[in-house]
Amino acid sequence: MRQNVSFFKKVKFMWTYMCKTLESIRGFVCCNCPGTTSEQAGKSASCQGCPNQKLCASGATKAPDPAIAEIGAKLATVKHKILVLSGKGGVGKSTFSAHLAHALASDNTKEVALLDVDICGPSIPRIMGLEGEQVHQSGSGWSPVYVDDNLAVMSIGFLLSSPDDAVIWRGPKKNGIIKQFLRDVDWGELDYLIVDTPPGTSDEHLSIVQYLSSTHVDGAIIITTPQEVSLQDVRKEIRFCHKVKLPIIGVVENMSGFVCPKCKTTSQIFPPTSGGAEQMCADLNLPLLGKVPLDPRIAQSCDEGKSFLSEVPDSPAAKVYQNIVQSIQDYCSNSLTEEQSTTLKH
Amino acid sequence: MFQKADASGLAQVRHVVLVLSGKGGVGKSTITTELALALRHAGKKVGILDVDLCGPSIPRMLSVGRPDVHQCDSGWVPVYTDAQKSLALMSIGFLMEDPDEAVVWRGPKKTALIAQFVSDVAWGELDVLLVDTPPGTSDEHLAVLENLKKHRVDGAVLVTTPQAVSTGDVRREITFCKKTGVRILGIIENMSGFVCPHCSECSNIFSRGGGEELAKLTGSEFLGSVPLDPQLSRCIEEGEDFTQLFSESTTFSAISSISQTLLSSLQTA
Repeated sequence: MRQNVSFFKKVKFMWTYMCKTLESIRGFVCCNCPGTTSEQAGKSASCQGCPNQKLCASGATKAPDPAIAEIGAKLATVKHKILVLSGKGGVGKSTFSAHLAHALASDNTKEVALLDVDICGPSIPRIMGLEGEQVHQSGSGWSPVYVDDNLAVMSIGFLLSSPDDAVIWRGPKKNGIIKQFLRDVDWGELDYLIVDTPPGTSDEHLSIVQYLSSTHVDGAIIITTPQEVSLQDVRKEIRFCHKVKLPIIGVVENMSGFVCPKCKTTSQIFPPTSGGAEQMCADLNLPLLGKVPLDPRIAQSCDEGKSFLSEVPDSPAAKVYQNIVQSIQDYCSNSLTEEQSTTLKH
Repeated sequence: MFQKADASGLAQVRHVVLVLSGKGGVGKSTITTELALALRHAGKKVGILDVDLCGPSIPRMLSVGRPDVHQCDSGWVPVYTDAQKSLALMSIGFLMEDPDEAVVWRGPKKTALIAQFVSDVAWGELDVLLVDTPPGTSDEHLAVLENLKKHRVDGAVLVTTPQAVSTGDVRREITFCKKTGVRILGIIENMSGFVCPHCSECSNIFSRGGGEELAKLTGSEFLGSVPLDPQLSRCIEEGEDFTQLFSESTTFSAISSISQTLLSSLQTA
């Protein structure tokens, strides 16, 4: 019952948040949405013309999606869940997610999984060297694809039959597959589930937070590059995290300078004109986990489906990655300890 | 909310070009901005419609700040970057009270807003309207096409970086274009090598050759490559006109050449 109340509050909160965002847009009349779970849902005058009117009027939105509880039960065997977010595209979310997964799985005693919820642009299969792999179904659900014995991956890329196949889906269909990934994949017992997301603050992000609402999510890693053009989108993502009460583990600044392999001079290809992630973290009181320099071998490794951390372990970028991974592991251990002590108190 | 949009705001727009990718962060907004500036440099009247609702980058790139958006009898008045009204812009970035506020909308709301953008902006007379899109093949892209159906869409340029991870997504975008009947005007490869300003060594930071290979593979025209250029990045950051400040640079030559090829393609269609 306590979980249901908490879920209602979150759905109502997210809907109200979306409406207030619409209100803040000058010149557009606010939908004055009564709220999907209110008595007036679908019936009030302001519901006219809303695409969800029929659904709300039917009462379906008042009932919690049973999948949320099912996902909660399914993921009870997953110790740590980490979302990798940005707001900005092309900053290296998938690159980071993949290498985080590799680094965590380098400890053979840990079970790690990587879930790719970028439905339109699934990069993870290529980056993990799993292009062309297909998903199989068994009695216990969909089997993820294994890179190593202790590293599993799931992506819509495995459900497409050709590299040219486009996933031209609107929001609701994308939400459906995300639900299936969480509920129907046989993840088994995991130490870490890493979720790679697409850029933006839209269906995929709302859905992943909603469907994980009955589980404990350790937090989000925010990826950015140094320029203000990235940071302005990343600040929105951070606001999104705060609004949906998703803790932020820290920020990673990617593409942070380039050292010429010939003359060893550093160039700021993506200049931190507003102080980069360092300034943003200082302003928003967030931990800066590390600054990863540009290294052509990172792009090469991703294209070849290999782990940069194994290919070039002594590079400056690899060392920064390893430090970041250690910070994340420490954060997760502390959060587990806190959760355990909270459970003991009750 | 889902009534077919009347595209009268586009009645005097000669050509509409979508700037697509499939992959995020390849430089769609940068390329849109630079193409617009290059076309204006060549004497054309240009408009930019920024339909990236979650990450509207163009206002900053053109240094227009956060102006008030007004209405006239024919609809929303776009924001002009200059007194001559040679470059018009409409972006959701103009409509937000707080620039750090996230637009956390599901598909149907995005679709509805894009319908208004397309139908209710009084663009006036334009030679080219460039439509900057977010990455992907989803609600925004379908909404733009559905609402532009009454007006002609000349086609799309696709932006990629050289790496396979990027071209892999752009291949899917090409499929999207084929399925929705959008003509592919060509492929632009961005971040195509970095020439060290100190020793002139060229480093292929994001691999090499992917754009041309993709064009060959898909039977599309390769429009050209734009190198990684810290001066371009800086202009984009500061909202300065790269085409004015660095008109002698190889980067500008590349952009200018691409814009000329694009213009020829539009005029002969």
